[in-house]
Amino acid sequence: MNSSNNVERHPKTVNPDSSTFSLTVNRERHTLTLDNRTTLLDALREQLKLTGTKKGCDHGQCGACTVSVNGERINACLSLAVMHEGDDISTIEGAAEVGHLDPMQQAFVDHDAFQCGYCTPGQICSAKAVLEEIQAGLPSHVTKDLNAPIEISDAEIRERMSGNLCRCGAYANILKAINQVAEVRS
Amino acid sequence: MDFNQSTEDNLFDHARVIGKPHARIDGLLKVTGRAPYAYERHDVAANQLVGYPVCATIARGKITHMDASAARAAPGVAAVITTLELEPLARADSNVAHLFGGATVEHYHQAIAVVVADTLEQARGAASLIEVRYEEAKGVFDLEDAWTRLQSTGEPVANVGDVDAAFAAAPVTLDETYRTASQSHAMMEPHASIVDWSDGGQMTVWTSNQMIQWTRQALATTFDIDAGRIRLESPYVGGGFGGKLWLRADAVLAAFGSRETGRPVKVALPRPMIFNNATHRSGTIQRLRIAAGSDGKITAFEHAAVSHTLLGGSGEDAVNQTRCFYAGENRRVAHHPIDMGLPESADMRAPGEASGLAVLEIAMDEMAEKLGMDPVAFRILNDTQVNPEEPSKPFTERHFVECLRKGADNFGWAERNLKPGGRREGQWLIGHGMAGAYRGAPTMTSGARVRLQNGRLIVETDMTDIGTGSYTILTQTAAETMGMEMQDVEVRLGNSAYPTSSGSGGQFGATSATAGVYAACVALQQQIAKRLNVDEARFEKGRVVAGQTDMALADIADGEEIVAEDSINFGDFKDELEIGTFGAHFVEVAVNAYTGETRVRRMLAVCDAGRILNPITARSQVIGGMTMGVGAALTEGMSVDTERGFFVNHDLAGYEVAVHADIPEQEVIFLDTTDAASSPLKAKGVGELGICGVAAAIGNAIYNATGIRIREYPMTLDRMIDQLPSTER
Repeated sequence: MNSSNNVERHPKTVNPDSSTFSLTVNRERHTLTLDNRTTLLDALREQLKLTGTKKGCDHGQCGACTVSVNGERINACLSLAVMHEGDDISTIEGAAEVGHLDPMQQAFVDHDAFQCGYCTPGQICSAKAVLEEIQAGLPSHVTKDLNAPIEISDAEIRERMSGNLCRCGAYANILKAINQVAEVRS
Repeated sequence: MDFNQSTEDNLFDHARVIGKPHARIDGLLKVTGRAPYAYERHDVAANQLVGYPVCATIARGKITHMDASAARAAPGVAAVITTLELEPLARADSNVAHLFGGATVEHYHQAIAVVVADTLEQARGAASLIEVRYEEAKGVFDLEDAWTRLQSTGEPVANVGDVDAAFAAAPVTLDETYRTASQSHAMMEPHASIVDWSDGGQMTVWTSNQMIQWTRQALATTFDIDAGRIRLESPYVGGGFGGKLWLRADAVLAAFGSRETGRPVKVALPRPMIFNNATHRSGTIQRLRIAAGSDGKITAFEHAAVSHTLLGGSGEDAVNQTRCFYAGENRRVAHHPIDMGLPESADMRAPGEASGLAVLEIAMDEMAEKLGMDPVAFRILNDTQVNPEEPSKPFTERHFVECLRKGADNFGWAERNLKPGGRREGQWLIGHGMAGAYRGAPTMTSGARVRLQNGRLIVETDMTDIGTGSYTILTQTAAETMGMEMQDVEVRLGNSAYPTSSGSGGQFGATSATAGVYAACVALQQQIAKRLNVDEARFEKGRVVAGQTDMALADIADGEEIVAEDSINFGDFKDELEIGTFGAHFVEVAVNAYTGETRVRRMLAVCDAGRILNPITARSQVIGGMTMGVGAALTEGMSVDTERGFFVNHDLAGYEVAVHADIPEQEVIFLDTTDAASSPLKAKGVGELGICGVAAAIGNAIYNATGIRIREYPMTLDRMIDQLPSTER
């Protein structure tokens, strides 16, 4: 979890079955009273009707539900909604400014980085986070020198994107899309 | 429109839109998360409830007792329907096991109840409260046993020439046995449906399905109602690969839930239930024998295979391609689908060929080595331009040799190391391998309706887009035919209210559905010509030109809509022809000399599939097949518990599909070919060609890298670690 935010985060009311809590999704604040068993993913899809975030496995195995929580990507299916009091969440619906796609979304279109489209929102959310993680110096399994700034490479991107499955097999095109955004940034 | 003979030169030979690289037109919806998939259609019906399935935990037997009282009393629960309350449902032809109903359990994770509640959490919680007792029956679950029992028995599907004499006479022969694993489609979107059958009258189904009419008919059969009462929508499908060709339990359970509660109900199959509840590709055991002269010419093939199926199914026909891929006067081919108690096996991407070529193309590599021939040259030598079983039947367009040559040139095949295990870079053994690819090019009747409204064209067909690019290529087809711009064409898909199409499957979708849209557009042109009272008209730049008339399409009907509908019907002249797609795959692998871990380093596919309708979406189809082929070669396999009769690794953690880190640079080259016998667009499918042969190319590269010949998929490191060459340097 992000430790930079020192505000104590507790749901307003906690009952055995449900809790009331507030969170911010795509810059909009919501107060929800939900069954404690509700995952963040189902809160987004079923309560807030933000269905861009997908459910592929509900077990943290496919990455289709990747969203950003306080700037870090997580699998929303592995997290209970009630744990997110005060959190700042962004989903695919918050990626595009009005009238403009996010550069990563545009790059996915440019490189045909999807087919059926079901994993795509998760891939895009992960891809945006991957570039930020590399820039922030967070190492991965393939990072060779932990003391040097991390260079964006195909190997780094592939490794860091490997939690997002794409059964249509668009990986090679997704890599090109991410590289396009990385090149424009640098 | 009847397609009764090969087409002449036509507008697609001078195309403006078809064959050009247009970005996927549904891309914007998909990258913004706005493409609506089945389970998330909050907009289509108010007051939806959620259903959660309960599945059998035995493979065979009877349910003796179910107690759902605690579930019924649980908070939020609106209904519980158990299988004991129903007679077995009628079974549509496409299903082998019953989807629901009755006390008999035919396979593990067969649906036995559905709990309907206000929320998923409530339904899932209550589902866990249902108590079930079984009387377990003995089952047969071991394919190895079946193979031992059945090989060399049964009637061959092909028996040409004198195979035994050919083998006896041949100076060079091969006789090996190979195994492919059971595989799961593992499409990213689970099976899911919302069904509104609130009043027991009209049934509306929002689902994720490749075949709208098949599934509508299957629902009609299952529930014994008139198909006219059923409407099905499936405009966006989150992957299918054959797994969504059929009606499955999600729609059936949601329908029962809706009728019982009088409200719309949605059901998604939880991922861990999909592997055993739904269909899969059967594993195979295959014996392949090849005989050749010392000149390298093949004289005989014998290919026998076993695969599993529930009683009445067809298994995985891994021998079919061996009947006509290569020359050779003598061949005997047999397939044994074995009735076993494992879950239902059915079609998965390139059913038959994906498993068959995974084996045949290793055998070809082994044979080339025995002959001391280059594997590319060996395949070129044994090319055939006719069906070798029926030499009077020619291939219409077969450019396999060109695929092989072009692939070898582009890949740098000539520079590879020839001695297995002979090239090492640090701790990695480097190898190169190749394989041929072959898959038929079937076509099916396909219809469409077009509506011209003030210069805009709306195309309606029940064709589906499962990631294949249907929206885009059908838009291109209509724009090309009508002389319009793509932005003036809107394609609407996946709705049973639209004319029946081929649907998506068997690599027939793109070819058939584009031809159907072409037929509908031609019918529209005829209507327009009639309206203008001319015999012939040209359609270009959004205008119709005929004699003195030169008019914008927007102006011809005074704001009135002009509607036309037609189907393409493919004639039986095709029965006298072999129409296929061909390819060659080349791969480079690195195998860790210490651990046996295989990394694929680069891949090239050269494809001969007639006119490529859109090189962007076609290329994506092919790299998708190549990626699935990497999984098939290296990681994918459903492990069978041969005692209890189920697939053990039934989720996406235990069943390992290829991930980003597994996939290297992939190159695809399309030959510039057309096939006038295939369709008016002279196109053929590529979606299944892309996976054909890939696994074998990887296996052959592993052999070239290590000298270890693995004849069992997936080629995991445990299959070679004890045979790795000495790592001392």
